[in-house]
Amino acid sequence: MFPASFDFYRAHSAEEAVSLLGEHGADSRILAGGQSLIPAMRYRLAQPTVLVDINQMQAANYITEENGELRIGATVRDSDLEFSDLIRTNYQLMSDVSDVVADPIVRFRGTLIGSLCHNDPSGDWPAAMLAARAKMIIQNKDGKRVVNADEFIVDSFTTAVEEGEMAVETIWPTPSKNTGASYQKIERKVGDYATAAAAVQLELNEDGTVKEAGIGITAVSYVALRVAEGEALLRGQKVTRNLIKAVAAEASKMADPIADGRGSAEYKKEVVGVLVAKGIMQSLERLGRKVEA
Amino acid sequence: MSDQIKDLNPAKECRAMGKSIKRREDARFVQGRGTYVDDIELPKMLHMAIVHSPYAHALIKGIDTAEALKVPGVKAIITAKDLAGFNLDWIPTLAGDKQMVLATDRVMYQYQEVAAVFAETRAQAVDAAQLVEVDYEPLEVVADPFKAREDKVILRTDREKKTNHIFNWNVGDREATDKALAEAEVRVKQKAYYPRVHASPLEPCAIVADMNTATGRLTLYLTSQAPHAHRTVVSLVTGIPESNIRIVSPDIGGGFGNKVPVYPGYVCAAAGTIVLGVPVKWVATRTESMTTDSFARDFHMEAEIGATKEGKVTALKVTTVADHGAFDAAADPSKYPAGLFSICTGSYDFPTAFTEVDAYYTNKTPGGVAYRCSFRVTEASYMIERAMDTAARELNMDPAEFRFKNFIQKEQFPYNSPLGWTYDSGDYETTFKVALEKVGYEELRKEQAEKRAKGEIMGIGISTFTEIVGAGPSKDFDILGIKMFDGAEIRIHPTGSVIVRAGTKSQGQGHETTWAQIVAEELGLDVDKILVEEGDTDTAPYGLGTYASRSTPTAGGALALGARRIREKAKRIAAHLLEVSADDIEWEDYKFQIKGVPSKSVTTQDCAFAAYTNPAPGDEPGLETTYYYDPPNLTFPHGAYICVVDIDKSTGEVKVRRFVAIDDCGTIINPMIVEGQVHGGLAEGFAMAFMQEIVYDEEGNHLNTNYTDYLIPTAYEVPKFETGNTVTPSPHHPIGAKGVGESPTVGSPAAYVNAVIDALSPYGVSEIDMPISREKVFSKLRAAGVEAF
Repeated sequence: MFPASFDFYRAHSAEEAVSLLGEHGADSRILAGGQSLIPAMRYRLAQPTVLVDINQMQAANYITEENGELRIGATVRDSDLEFSDLIRTNYQLMSDVSDVVADPIVRFRGTLIGSLCHNDPSGDWPAAMLAARAKMIIQNKDGKRVVNADEFIVDSFTTAVEEGEMAVETIWPTPSKNTGASYQKIERKVGDYATAAAAVQLELNEDGTVKEAGIGITAVSYVALRVAEGEALLRGQKVTRNLIKAVAAEASKMADPIADGRGSAEYKKEVVGVLVAKGIMQSLERLGRKVEA
Repeated sequence: MSDQIKDLNPAKECRAMGKSIKRREDARFVQGRGTYVDDIELPKMLHMAIVHSPYAHALIKGIDTAEALKVPGVKAIITAKDLAGFNLDWIPTLAGDKQMVLATDRVMYQYQEVAAVFAETRAQAVDAAQLVEVDYEPLEVVADPFKAREDKVILRTDREKKTNHIFNWNVGDREATDKALAEAEVRVKQKAYYPRVHASPLEPCAIVADMNTATGRLTLYLTSQAPHAHRTVVSLVTGIPESNIRIVSPDIGGGFGNKVPVYPGYVCAAAGTIVLGVPVKWVATRTESMTTDSFARDFHMEAEIGATKEGKVTALKVTTVADHGAFDAAADPSKYPAGLFSICTGSYDFPTAFTEVDAYYTNKTPGGVAYRCSFRVTEASYMIERAMDTAARELNMDPAEFRFKNFIQKEQFPYNSPLGWTYDSGDYETTFKVALEKVGYEELRKEQAEKRAKGEIMGIGISTFTEIVGAGPSKDFDILGIKMFDGAEIRIHPTGSVIVRAGTKSQGQGHETTWAQIVAEELGLDVDKILVEEGDTDTAPYGLGTYASRSTPTAGGALALGARRIREKAKRIAAHLLEVSADDIEWEDYKFQIKGVPSKSVTTQDCAFAAYTNPAPGDEPGLETTYYYDPPNLTFPHGAYICVVDIDKSTGEVKVRRFVAIDDCGTIINPMIVEGQVHGGLAEGFAMAFMQEIVYDEEGNHLNTNYTDYLIPTAYEVPKFETGNTVTPSPHHPIGAKGVGESPTVGSPAAYVNAVIDALSPYGVSEIDMPISREKVFSKLRAAGVEAF
């Protein structure tokens, strides 16, 4: 199909982009990788009258690690993360996710920040953002503000980014050496949305008890969810099989999926628990540890 | 063995046959230099967009085009009322039913075509189509054939017979079969639903229709697998003389049976150019392709096998409820409303059998195309291979052993099946043994036993199928009365290069290479000097087109026999050149030589030059022929496929570890092309087994209208295939070839599914329908009490 007609602007700085967004209001949209927006426009599910293209915004193309934080700009592609040695070495969860977002072709265009801002209820990155305790920097004509993952994710396809604003940077805390992580996703084929997926990040104390746990699940509700009850169960505990079962049950309890071509609600609810369990087990394995008896 | 076969001596070094010559058409495809319908641009050409119904069943109370007509660039909008003026509001289907072109007073399925918009650009046409206002009054929807069978809501009010039942077709001896089943020591029933699927060629259907109002000639550039048949249909429907219709089927981006029917979009574009006097282009969107192209399969089958305690089959009965959608637009030969489904006795020697198919109308897209299949052979093969496994399990026999016990033996060919076919040839045991050895069957069974002891899940699935292809002999096969022969024309130029034309139409099969190989072999010419052209009805000889694995069995025969006819004339020229009598000339080592004197010889190329410069006295100048080949029988390719799967207990994921496919398609023209065909078909079989199904809800809403929701496997999903061949030439085909394009789609789904059931059988699982999703496996494992982790 053909998109409805629209005007096209190219912004060369965040200031310019924010100014254009302010000028054109709610019907304007930022075009980054375009991997969700353009298909939606072709089906006329989205009909923005103005597109603000940021692909030429060279200053937004950075991945930097400093002071225990990873900072990523607005035009960084999923493939940049997938092929980054820094990410592969230090950011297990992000590395896992960047291997399985959509398909390789999409990853060469799609951006991390674009995906987070799109906030598809079946997206991979929102679940990872929750588990990793990442943050977003949002800019408007008056300046910038920092928003935590929990506040950033508001509703289906809705984030804390308001009209006239642009998400310019996302910040991911650098995991300690005692951190293991895993992204468990099942999909019908490469490039499909997840049937269900779970992002798990576990930081252990020297004695093997859990210092901090992050669990995000996606494709099982109207937005990605943080399994806070499950995280609480893990904190301070040795990871046993029974504990994993209890955490998995928390994930299944929270999940409120819809039935679609990917599966029934019952199946998704049950399997997301299995994925959380597998995520916990793989996180431990990656730290060279096993599930306690 | 006939004389025709003696000509091809497999012991001698062939010139062109049997060689993996690179596909000559590929250079232009990989360089983007092909010409597809959408590449055709004509002066003053308009673009067409179609308005589709959001309802599956509704009355149309009114259509308001006023706002749409105001869109800049819009030239016209047509509805059924306009078409009625040309008697084009309904057209005949290939199945002898009729179908609406644009919805008349009602819509019969969701996405049915309601109006067509013509505008200067494609975007304008799409914009305007969205502004056409249609007033619908929804009616009760019947989306299920079993509900349709109750006849509570009659869908086809236009028909005299007030029933949703379209036909009952049956063959075999019902009484004898029932009796044999009643008396059988062991009776096994197996149900299987073959889901509604879509052939999904990458290139959607498209047309550029061009009526030249000065000459009265109508040219249609069309995504057509059967250009001549389409020309005849267009002439019959419009009344335009066939000589004034030219159909050009240019490069085609995949057909798979999908481009056999005549679709409403084609008719609207043709009507548009006739009325407006300028060319009209329509290229279906992916959504249009998914929702309005003819579907395939949708067979609810049930088989019952009778057998002795020792495992010898005694009877087979297969009954089917078929969902044909809103119009019976199944693409089958006229005498076979359920196609060649009666091949359902497969590779096995059933003494008696009976099968029947009952078809029903529903509020769904019409169709029933033979998607990479020779008319319902895919369904038949799947049913028998599933049922054979079930019977083996019931008998507590290894499924391989059970098959060996029941194969039709090599000595039994030509074999008369209880359902009326005469299988031409086959050697099922040998092919199966090759497959078993290649896969290492015994070791796999041992490994499986060890794994089972540890609670791990592994399965081995077998399919030893027989196809029936190459329709077909004129005594039985026609479409709309036109016999299903095919034609070939060979013209040898003075310098010895050649143009070959055929009534078939490659959509990726590689005819530009394989046709040249056949002619090169027969005449001792270079493949590179043989140009192959298909698809233009002004130049190609008449033929019924390419589908149902018929090209090599029909046109391939025409090419070989045409070349031999040319060789006869060339022989006379050779005699003239060598100054001897034709009786003293022999064809040896690709040359004409004086018998026993190899030094005295001339080539076909020499004869070609002489045909134009120094013809034999009393002979016509020139060296060309047209040959129409009416095959004496169908061909019966077979194969043995073995699939090995591992199943992840936690998520239900099925991993195909190995897939061994041994095919026997008779004589092989180009091994690389055969291998490519087999890989493609195994991938499509995988897609159907694990991923694909067109889904409708109870309201007739089509739930997967694009490739996000209807899954096409990629290199990530498709398993690795290990292929091989045995060669049992067809005794009646001029070169012994049988056709191969469809064997892997026909044979593989049962192997995949049997493997999964074999894996799950320790958990009491004996049924699972395609597509096998993780959820289906997951649920069965959980129901059996298997813990996820």
